[in-house]
Formats: sequence, C-alpha cells, structure tokens
Amino acid sequence: MRLQFTAAEEAFRQEVRAFVRAKLPADIKRKVELGLRLEHADYLTWFNLLEERGWLTPGWPPEHGGPGWNHVQRYIFDEETLLAGAPRIIASGIQMLGPVLIAFGTPDQKARYLPDIRASRTWWAQGFSEPGAGSDLAAVRTTAVLEPDGKHFVVNGHKVWTSYAQWCSMMFALVRTDPTAAKPQEGISFLLIDMKSPGLTVRPIRMLEGGTDLNECFLDNVRVPVENLVGELHKGWSYGKYLLGHERTGIAGIGSCKQQLARARQLAAQQGLADDALLQARLAQFEVELIALEATALRLLAPGQGSRTPAVEASMLKVRGTELRQAIYETLVDIAGPDALPFSTEAQFLEHLDEAAVAPELTAVAANCLDARKVSIYGGTNEVQRNLIARATLEVY
Amino acid sequence: MDFALDDDHLALREAVQRFCEGEYPAQHRGNPESAEQARQRWKGMAKLGLLGLPLPAAFGGSGQGAIEVMLAAQELGRALGGGAFVASTVIAGQLLAALGTPEQKLQWLPALASGEMQAALAIAEEGQRYDWTAPRLQATRTPRGWELQGRKTFVLHGDSASLFLVVARSATGLAVFAVDAATPGVRVHGFDTLDGRRAAHVDFEAVTLAEARLLATDGVEDAIEAALDAGIAALCAETAGAVEALLAATVDHLRTRKQFGAPLAKFQVLQHRVADLAIDLEQLKSMACVAAMAVAAGEPVQRRRLVSAAKVFASQAGRRAGLATIQMHGAMGMTDECRVGHYAKRLIAIGQQAGDAAFHLRHVLATN
Repeated sequence: MRLQFTAAEEAFRQEVRAFVRAKLPADIKRKVELGLRLEHADYLTWFNLLEERGWLTPGWPPEHGGPGWNHVQRYIFDEETLLAGAPRIIASGIQMLGPVLIAFGTPDQKARYLPDIRASRTWWAQGFSEPGAGSDLAAVRTTAVLEPDGKHFVVNGHKVWTSYAQWCSMMFALVRTDPTAAKPQEGISFLLIDMKSPGLTVRPIRMLEGGTDLNECFLDNVRVPVENLVGELHKGWSYGKYLLGHERTGIAGIGSCKQQLARARQLAAQQGLADDALLQARLAQFEVELIALEATALRLLAPGQGSRTPAVEASMLKVRGTELRQAIYETLVDIAGPDALPFSTEAQFLEHLDEAAVAPELTAVAANCLDARKVSIYGGTNEVQRNLIARATLEVY
Repeated sequence: MDFALDDDHLALREAVQRFCEGEYPAQHRGNPESAEQARQRWKGMAKLGLLGLPLPAAFGGSGQGAIEVMLAAQELGRALGGGAFVASTVIAGQLLAALGTPEQKLQWLPALASGEMQAALAIAEEGQRYDWTAPRLQATRTPRGWELQGRKTFVLHGDSASLFLVVARSATGLAVFAVDAATPGVRVHGFDTLDGRRAAHVDFEAVTLAEARLLATDGVEDAIEAALDAGIAALCAETAGAVEALLAATVDHLRTRKQFGAPLAKFQVLQHRVADLAIDLEQLKSMACVAAMAVAAGEPVQRRRLVSAAKVFASQAGRRAGLATIQMHGAMGMTDECRVGHYAKRLIAIGQQAGDAAFHLRHVLATN
C-alpha cells in the first residue's frame, strides 16, 4: 500500500495540466468556472483539441483510438481537466455508445460510427427514457416492427429526457421488438436511428433553470434499416445495462465535486466568509467526504481490493458522489446569500453576462444548484441504485 | 495511490481472524473481560506477534508498520476485541520507541512485545478536552532527578498498565516521563467505560523520579502527535471492522425476521438503509487505508491532515452505523443480550477518543 501516486503518475498529471493550460481557450474556461452555459461550438472545440492529442476516448481500447490508460490515469485525467476549468465530456457517444459498439457492434458498425464519434462529427442522443419508463427501463413501450421484407424496422413511440438532441444527428434507442416476451426485459432491442429520418420530431423541454438541453423525441412510423440493429434481436436490455455500467463509473463525478468545492472556497473568500465558522465547518466536512469518496473510488476500481459486492461498486460511487455534489451546490447558494436571488436566463450566456444584476461569479449559482438536481436522477435514480446495492448486499453478507 | 495487499498481509489478516474466532465467541462480543480472559487473550496476541507488531525488531518487536497494524486492528474491531492493543502497543509502545534512549527501550519494549507488561499514555487532563499541548501536570527538577505533581484523566486501560508515559510541563516545555504504576505517590482510580473496557484517572502526588525516567524534552510534541496519529489510524481500522460486523448482523436479521407477513429484507425503506450502511462501510475501509498509508508515509503535515479526515469520518459514520443498526433491529437491538448495541457502544466510544469529529474537523480546516 502506498499513499503517493508513482513518479510516472505524477508526471502524467503534469502533462495533462500543462496541456489544458496551453490549449483550453480562455472564454471556454471562463464559462466553465462561472457555471455559465456552454454552446455546441465550445464542446466541439474542446473535444477536437482532446482528440488531436488522442485523449478524447480514454475508455476505448487502443485499437479503436483509446490511449490505453489504466484506471488511475483516467482518474487523474478527469480530475486535472475539470479542475483546470475544462468542459466535462458529454457521455452519450464517447462513454456510452462507443463501448457498446466496440463490444457488440458489427465490423461495419464500428467502422462507420466510431471514427465519427472521435472526430465529434456525429453527436449521439440517448433514446432510453420514456414518459412511462424512467429509471425502470424494462417498461419501454416504443415499438419496432420488422417489415415483411426484413429490411427495415418501423419505429413508433415517444422518448423523453434526451440530452442535447438538438445537436445530435443520430440516436441509440431501446425499443420493444417482442411485446409477447415472457419477461419485459427480454423483448427489447438496441437500435441506431438517424435523427433526420422522416417521422422523427424533437421538442425541447424547458427546465427549472431555464435551459433547454433536454428534449422529447416523437417517433411516428420512423423507418430504420435492419443493419442498424446492434447485437442480437431482443437482446438490447443487456447492452443497455452494459452501457449504464460504463456511465455510472463516470457519473460519480469526483472531479466535478473537486471543481465545485474549489469554486465554493474561492467564492467564500470573495464574499468575506473566510472566517465564517459555520460555513468553514461545512466546507471542511465536504473535504472529508471527498477524501473518503476519492479513496473509495481508487480502492474499489483498483484490481484486487474490491468490496464483497463488486457489481454495485459503481452504484455506490454514484450515490455518494452525486449527493455530495448536490450538497456543495446548495452551499454555493448559501455563500451567495441574497445575491442568489437575481435570475436571468440570458445572463447565463457569457455574451450577456454584463446584463446580470450580480457579480459574474454569482450569476449562475442558483441555476447551477437547480441543474444539479439531475445528477441523482439520471443514469438510474439514486433510489434505484440503492435498491441494487441493497439487493447485492443482502445476498452477499 | 496503491491499495494492493501482498501475501504477507493476507496471511497476517487470516491469522488475526482465526485468533478472534477462537477468543471472542460471537454471543459474548462486547462483554466486559474477566481478569482471566484478559490475561489469556493478551497472551494469545503476544504469541501471534501483535503486541510487538509496530515495534523495532532490535527491541523484541517485528518491525512492521501502520498497514499491518491496520489489518490487525480491523479484525480485532470486527470481533470487538483487542483490549489494550491500541493503547499499549500502538500508542505507548511507539512513543517509547520514538523518544526513549537505547537503555530505556531495552528496559521496556521487549516486555511490551512479549506481553509481560502493558503501558499507557497519560496525556489528558480535566477540562482540556482533547488539547494536550498545555498540560498542568508539573515536572520539577530536584537534586536527584524529577518530581511530578498533578492529575491525568481518561488513561485508557490505565488500571492494567504497569508503566505510564506521562506528559508533563517542565521549565523548558513539554516532557515525557516513564513512571511505574507502583511508584509511591501514584494513585490509580480505575473505572468502566461505555464500551465495557477500562480506563483510569491517575494522580501524581509528589512523585519522585530518577533522571533515567525522563524520556525526552526535545521533539516531544512531534513524537506524541505521530504516536497518537498511529493510534487514531488503528481506531479507524477498528471502526471499519466493527461496522462490517454490524452490516453482517443486520443483513442476517433482515433476512430472517418477518413482519407483516414478509421478511424485513423485502421492505424498501430498510433496503435503502442497508445500502447507505454498505456505502459507509466501503468508505470506512478506504479511510482506514488512507490513515494507515499516511502514518506509514510519515510526512507530518499530510499525515495530520489525512488521519484527521479519517477520524472525522470514522467518528461520524461509525456512530451513525451503530445507532442505525439498533433501529433496524427494533427493540431487540436495545437489549444487552443482542450484540448490536455493544458494537454501537464501542463505536460511540471510539468516536469520543483521541479527538472527536469536531476536533479533527478543525484540523482538516486548518490545513485547507
């Protein structure tokens, strides 16, 4: 056992830090640090810079363009990029679909889609949730019926909570292909759908904090070529589970926790709260929780030191990481005090920042706190995660 | 960071586990020890090499470090055992090894490692809570050596120790003395503690000591801090072990006990409490590793910060686990017969030892 990172790991950290410092455009960094809205071009710029360096898809195997990092390197990379004010990696294509295609896609699907994900030419929407199927994805009702000639599926249904659908040209979706299957999980398939297909319409959903990055997608007799089926017919559930397993590791969001805690400290100092005993106690408590979370992530993800319930380690990290992040965001609101009150959707864009009624640092604090409610909901609500953890624990102990 | 354990580590863990299974039968865990039990268990731990585990090999120890102590303490914690292991071996033993002259070490360390005697650090004083840096117990030079005058409180396992390491104030600052319990003027007032163990208040009334009883006046504060941090790291490991036992007991209870026609394990509200307990346990284990690694690395600033963070977490999550488990066991959990409450008591006691959560939170804050 050893507390320090190795010299090689420290060198890697410096390399990442130097890269972000040199490459990340100042305006993007400022947006991230102030919690302002990022636009499509901001993500594209940053993702392309990362891809040039070969760092956009750390979880992919080297033969598909991954850098071949181990879990510690990936951890350091997340931490350093986020702490330096870089945008987070949007999960859908890079962290969710990519691993699924690599594991289960046909050679043709891999050749066709993976390079475009890396080049950010294709953005992928996640078509999982439906009005009646949130965290309970086994309940999806969107149907896909194979035409008699066997060449196309005809898809009908209603997807919801589709992040960034307005920027996406493709969607991966869970659809019901066998409504008569004995178990609801057994009749589901995993389809790739062109967003420009006739019959597919996207409607933005306006959220609490004024954002419109979530959408509903209506599918009305959308025809999807049969070669867009991933893996086997009716086996989509297992691919979906595989994908969410990949997602949960990242959505513990330890780097984001650190980013926001640093922001809280900075704001506290600016607001004259450096000696406020109650606030400082809270920040120190977050520090402790963060150390425990970070050590747990590194310990559980490291080979040979896992828990007795390894299948749910990612769920554990997700629950604690997201709830900690939300607590820090709430504290940001408290640090702003009355200055958390002024609210303007417009002023959350860098170009309109000077129209805000408060200091730039405080403009987005309340919006960020509201937006952060999503982290305990997406990727399977924390209640669902607790069910999984409990079930595994009750079996193992 | 590297959390890997090697084969020696695994063998040590297994040996302590076996010892605990034999010495601490499940249905008696947490009961006060009879004098005979205490003797037998102490002998057993000596035979296993635990009592000299972190002590230098040149003085009868096995020269291991904080990682090994962690592994042992976690197993002892799981069985609610260990007696004076932390107080005598980890804290007093290591302080003696750090501050003693070669003659002093030769005089006491081999006897500690072999289990012939116990030592205890006499550091706390009335009204000072956890701040030991300004003791009132006075050490005055005399023509033949020293004279101690004052009172120490909450000396853990103080009435089974034959040697006290006494933190005193001298004309030049902090000083540590090795004082036999049998020295004239030393009066030990033993009492039971919340967790069924023993502690003592100790009076030192005009206690006359030879010069050879002074351990050190230089570097005392750093050495005490290091020894206490080693002890706290062991307590964090004990916490992880105790909570692991509590989780196992709770799962067992929820699966067997039926209410409203179904096993309790079927109720989602209880499942969610189990999930939170399971997450706490993983984080406690991680923090035990962090504290042990920080002690092993030995860099004082980082060590203080991380050991304090681990103790905050252990104090809070340990107590939380103990009390939540009582609730999940219902009224049975409040009976003396059910072992769950004994674990809860130990966890509360650990939380109040060597600095509570608030005390260590201030440390963390100071290093931000």
